[in-house]
Amino acid sequence: MKWTYASQRKEYGRALVELGKSRKDVVVLDADLSGSTRTADFAKEFPEHFFNCGIAEQNMMGVAAGLAASGKVVFASTFAVFATGRCWDQIRQSIAYPKLNVKICATHAGITVGGDGASHQTGEDVALMRTLPNFTVGVPSDAAEAFKMTKAFADWNGPCYMRMGRLDFPNVTEWDAPFKIGKGCVLRQGDDITLMGCGIMVSRCLEAAEVLERRNVSAQVINMSAIKPLDEGLVAAAVKKTGGIVTAEEHNVVSGMGAAVASYLAEHDPVPMRMVGMMDTFGESGEGEELMRKYGLTADRIIEAAEEVMRRR
Amino acid sequence: MTAYPDDVIVELERRANLIRRHIIRMTRAAGSGHPGGSLSSTDILSALYFKVMHHRPTDPSWEDRDRFVLSKGHAAPAYYAALAESGYFPVEELLSLRKLGSRLQGHPSKSKLPGVEMSTGSLGQGLSVANGMALAAKLDRRAYRIYCLCGDGEMQSGQIWEAAMLGAHYELDNITAFLDRNKLQIDGPTEKIMSLEPLADKWKAFGWHVIEIDGHNMREILDACDKAKEVRNRPTMVLAHTVKGKGVSFMENALSFHGKSPNDEETKKALRELGEDI
Repeated sequence: MKWTYASQRKEYGRALVELGKSRKDVVVLDADLSGSTRTADFAKEFPEHFFNCGIAEQNMMGVAAGLAASGKVVFASTFAVFATGRCWDQIRQSIAYPKLNVKICATHAGITVGGDGASHQTGEDVALMRTLPNFTVGVPSDAAEAFKMTKAFADWNGPCYMRMGRLDFPNVTEWDAPFKIGKGCVLRQGDDITLMGCGIMVSRCLEAAEVLERRNVSAQVINMSAIKPLDEGLVAAAVKKTGGIVTAEEHNVVSGMGAAVASYLAEHDPVPMRMVGMMDTFGESGEGEELMRKYGLTADRIIEAAEEVMRRR
Repeated sequence: MTAYPDDVIVELERRANLIRRHIIRMTRAAGSGHPGGSLSSTDILSALYFKVMHHRPTDPSWEDRDRFVLSKGHAAPAYYAALAESGYFPVEELLSLRKLGSRLQGHPSKSKLPGVEMSTGSLGQGLSVANGMALAAKLDRRAYRIYCLCGDGEMQSGQIWEAAMLGAHYELDNITAFLDRNKLQIDGPTEKIMSLEPLADKWKAFGWHVIEIDGHNMREILDACDKAKEVRNRPTMVLAHTVKGKGVSFMENALSFHGKSPNDEETKKALRELGEDI
């Protein structure tokens, strides 16, 4: 497929600047990565409302909690691996438990961080955040959705987590498509199998669907950017129609989006299913695309999984 | 500097004594809890809630109130007693501490109890929250202050020093923090488990204004709070030397009462020592 690409981080930065213009209650925090996360764009326009907390993520989450407890809507950013794992207890205790208005918007998630290697890649962040009560978790599929999710988070009452990538992502949604927290969307209609992706893997699902079509398989593609609350209605409708599902995510298959879908299906409507993702392993250094191939985050793997699910159905 | 008249001091000491009795009764009724570290914090809490802080118990979300964060969340019994005696909720409710369905959780929960500004209990986090509240006050150009009570054990956690850096960096002179230096943690004396000294020098080196006081001397507590308000461009750490279990002879400096409630006999003895007619 011929893709056009755009940066999620850039759109995140742009959304923050727009928010800064329209609302006085928005405060942005970063932990010495503001150039990379693009919170620097906001810092430049609204220096009074931006606080760099230095390389001290645990304190940053506490500061975010204190600001939110004082009526601010707080966006806190750094790389996903540090934004979640390094300060999970601080998020749990000081943000999730008191249900404060902190929006943790992390970049450089997944394996496509590339050359920095496993220390900076993360396949665990969605798992860590979706297990926290009171949290809303979203994984936007492209730049436009990252922009819209940022805006939606600002209007949402309660703690939120958004994961973004480092690489430019293929544009898979339309700018004028509606966006609502907790809602996924069907990007391609189909009857034989459901391919459900989040993040960059939505584009791989669409690529897989094209190949499958040439093999006379009609695949439905769903963008499940709503991890928590999971868009259960959409999952239910999809499996009712197709009777089988493949999930795809740039995250460990242990406790990611696929696991959330599997939990729902196991309880309500068990159908054959396969999960494509990081197979409980750390990554390594390399180019983002190379790593995706090596670790099986590909359209080919989704196709194999789809064919296997259809055989089991 | 205000020279406080004797009757003010006597009244605050009376309130502190009342809180101490509540702590004993509450932890007895709960069958668990942390009397030791509650008793060492009591005089500071009494001074803050009944004299120093501007707050409206009948209007807990009054915008201009001073904020208080109990970083050492295990001192919840003392905190709850101060809140109840202030009028945030009925004093009778104190005995529901740690019971199923109670608003008085083992460690403070912001979403359950009015007057609690932040959920705490996992140590080392409160000062960061105080930083955030102080930044918000500055942003909104409001004059309220942030008070934070830290334990000495939690000085061992890295986040405290991250918070120390940020408070100094952003010149948060609207923070008055207290360090309840009772010198004991669960496993033993702090200096044996993980040395903290020289604490005053550490806080000074991190850019804080440090005031050392006897944390059981009401006049010194009040004076420290007044002095902190005069300091510009630096947060203040009041290093309060205290005694764990203060006020009950057999609990003073006794490790065993860090996280254990008194039995019936000990309860009677403690209350008698605290002047209760039983």
